[in-house]
Amino acid sequence: MRQLRSALGAVGAMCTIVGALALAGCSSDDGGTSTGSSTSGGDKTLVVFAAASLTDTFTTIAHQFEADHAGVTVKLSFAGSSDLVAQLQEGAPADVFASADEPNMKKLTDAGLAAGDPVPFATNVLTIVTPPDNPAGITSFQDLGKSGVKVDVCAPQVPCGNAAKEVEAATGVTIKPVSEESKVTDVLAKVTSGEADAGLVYVTDAKGALAKDAGSLKQIDFPESAKAVNTYPIVAVKDSKNADLASEFVAAVTGEAGQKVLQDAGFGAP
Amino acid sequence: MRASVPRESVLTEAAATPAAASVGRASGRRRVRGGRVVSPRLPWWLVAVAVVGIAFVVAPVVVMATRGDWGQFWSLVTSDASLDALRLSLFTSVVSTAICVVVGVPVAMVLARTRFPGLSVVRALVLLPLVLPPVVCGLALLYAFGRRGPFGHALENAGISIAFTTTAVVISHVFVALPFLVLTLEGALKVRGTGPELAAASLGAGPSRTFWLVTLPSVAPALAGGALLAFARSLGEFGATLTFAGSLQGVTRTLPLEIYLQRETDPDAAVALSMLLVIVAVIVVALVHSAGGTRSFRRGLTDSVAA
Repeated sequence: MRQLRSALGAVGAMCTIVGALALAGCSSDDGGTSTGSSTSGGDKTLVVFAAASLTDTFTTIAHQFEADHAGVTVKLSFAGSSDLVAQLQEGAPADVFASADEPNMKKLTDAGLAAGDPVPFATNVLTIVTPPDNPAGITSFQDLGKSGVKVDVCAPQVPCGNAAKEVEAATGVTIKPVSEESKVTDVLAKVTSGEADAGLVYVTDAKGALAKDAGSLKQIDFPESAKAVNTYPIVAVKDSKNADLASEFVAAVTGEAGQKVLQDAGFGAP
Repeated sequence: MRASVPRESVLTEAAATPAAASVGRASGRRRVRGGRVVSPRLPWWLVAVAVVGIAFVVAPVVVMATRGDWGQFWSLVTSDASLDALRLSLFTSVVSTAICVVVGVPVAMVLARTRFPGLSVVRALVLLPLVLPPVVCGLALLYAFGRRGPFGHALENAGISIAFTTTAVVISHVFVALPFLVLTLEGALKVRGTGPELAAASLGAGPSRTFWLVTLPSVAPALAGGALLAFARSLGEFGATLTFAGSLQGVTRTLPLEIYLQRETDPDAAVALSMLLVIVAVIVVALVHSAGGTRSFRRGLTDSVAA
């Protein structure tokens, strides 16, 4: 098996050298790997497409899954939910899709690419983040509406921005943001660098950033965040070559061990 | 009129040295003039690979165009958000290109015409933005010019805030576009050699006069080409702007950022909107090409008269 892998590796390297031919050569190479593995002792590869906000948790869950299923390799691909749906619509080979919101999952089900109904497996709410010294003295959601406070939010077109709009509508607070980002990471970056006085991100984003560097920012939870709860659904992808394994992975995420990993990271129960 | 006297003599002088004369011919000005010289035949395999290369670039864009949501094109392009983005993109790209020319010409001159230890290192450093992922360029700018960065902090104390302003967009554009202008111009300066400048100096022209009357006119087409590249790079700039300047309609959300945001909800609409960017780029390239062509044609004429 190992010799086969290294031989395939060498072929891959040659493909790279040949340049243009690599496109055709290496892709057939990949096909060779999977068929080769499944004939030689039931080795299988499960491809999971998951929202970028699930990077840490799904990596942990995948390791657990591999430990529980001998001979199974889980390949994870993380990106924005809309990117992943677009890739799936273009025929990207995935067995499982975990979305950060319901609208993107709906795109997949509408396209008839889901096997069965999506299952909610986690929830997420917004929180306020500020630079560690909280230069604008933010203590509540209402403070974000004050003039002169540089607040960075997600654009209404993306889930975190949509949630921010919902909280604004529910509380009657109007935020005049200095910027509307397409990605939560951009909001975090602007806050940790001190460029913005405050930002609205998901609890898990704030927790993740604090886990990496406890002094990078300050997290201020606010009760009104309950007005906009974001639900994460997961589903097995139709035409998966490993349909049984895919539904087992979904079960692992929604099961006790998977839920513990998710909730330790700050996600709420579905 | 007085200015033209040394220039003519310079060119006559230059033509007398064989190296400079061959440079003059190699620049192909005579061919531009009316296209009388028949082009040499190319090997067939070269043409074949060229066709593949061109198809490789054009095909994906054409295929993408067929996927766009054209029913919505007009309403998309004329929406407030799109018009704001287009206006902002044009404004920031023009301003950035102007700054690139003002700063880039001296940089190219220093890189091409001076010798000092570490020159190659300096050249590599100036070209860094070509290699760095744009997002990393944005981070670098954020750390330097952000409110808490060394330069940004000083500016903030002086009452100038660049955070989340159009200025930040221009800074991002200049940062990523400058190497394109420098690289183009430096190449042209090196190919051209220093014969005419040395001749001008020997006739008593000072460095500034030589620069304005000899060097700059001779590399004008390369300067126009470099400026065009810089403009195109600015127009398409995305990563550095997003990371450094943010994204707010009418202030920092340029057309590429608007397209990126549009794609979150409607990829087909984003494709249609991106065609607007293609159209703008094509118009600009055509304009510069026709203007540049006429200019070099005229200069080619005066040069040959002078020679």
